[in-house]
Amino acid sequence: MWNLANPTRFLSIADRIIPWLAGLTFLLLGIGLYLAFFVAPPDYQQGETVKIMFVHVPSAWLAMFGYTLIAVASIGSLVWRHPLADVAAKTAAPIGATFTFVALVTGSLWGKPMWGTYWVWDARLTSMLVLFLLYLGLIALWQSIEEPGRAGRAAAILAIVGFVNVPIIHFSVNWWNTLHQPASIFRVGGPTIDPSLLTPLFVMAAGFTLLFVLLHLIAMRAEILRRRVHALRQMHVEHAAAA
Amino acid sequence: MPDLGPHAVFIWAAYGVTLVTVVALVIAIVSDDRRQRRLIAELERQGLTRRSAKAATAKAATVKPAASAKPKPASAKTPRARKPKA
Repeated sequence: MWNLANPTRFLSIADRIIPWLAGLTFLLLGIGLYLAFFVAPPDYQQGETVKIMFVHVPSAWLAMFGYTLIAVASIGSLVWRHPLADVAAKTAAPIGATFTFVALVTGSLWGKPMWGTYWVWDARLTSMLVLFLLYLGLIALWQSIEEPGRAGRAAAILAIVGFVNVPIIHFSVNWWNTLHQPASIFRVGGPTIDPSLLTPLFVMAAGFTLLFVLLHLIAMRAEILRRRVHALRQMHVEHAAAA
Repeated sequence: MPDLGPHAVFIWAAYGVTLVTVVALVIAIVSDDRRQRRLIAELERQGLTRRSAKAATAKAATVKPAASAKPKPASAKTPRARKPKA
């Protein structure tokens, strides 16, 4: 584990894993889309619109997974000052923001035919919008402070404070009276969704998760290299000034 | 193509938005990764390497001490291995 936490070691492992992960991600997403469009039956109440679930639900899970990852990495960054933790937190934010955006838009497009409205200010939708704004805040913070160490510490504090929103999103459907349906997969008593719809959902969720991990690894590699390029240029300038 | 019923436009729109957004993210991340790899390769071609990389190279090669008339004091800029952490 500590070996992996060394940036050089991380780069060599990432270089080896990325091509395989890319292949597996394409395969899973291909199978998932085939199951979603050609195998999964229409829902008895929602008809074919249930197909939106196969992109909406995995995106929403990853939106929360991404923020949890940032919060955990931020603790690593603040407590141990580990540069890889900082890199992991910084690079997960745009990916998490993208999946949050996808969850919000696809949910809205699912809401219109099923609820009769694109948007309602209920607890689940609003807390998800707050998550999206938190992601944007983190990205803005990293962009606005030039020195990576300072930017990382400020963003880590915001990320940890903002984590309070994640359980609120999850339990919002139980705590408040919302238009959004309650939990139907991870609940006491098992899922309430039929296996014919649950299987394509899990395959798509696995494909989306691998896509997140793949993009995160590539983004982390790019960020490590960016910091090296920056350090080398600075060293070059110092050399030139000393000469 | 399967018949998606009366709400087909919402289903296609949802998949379309997902595809466009995710593809844009993939392009942004992959092109940034390529750019950084190109930059670091260029810098290395110019002979700029990190101190730790230089130290490793110096150790591998048998470097003769510079036969200079006036020995210069070691500067902080000279390549040297970092002190191991306690």
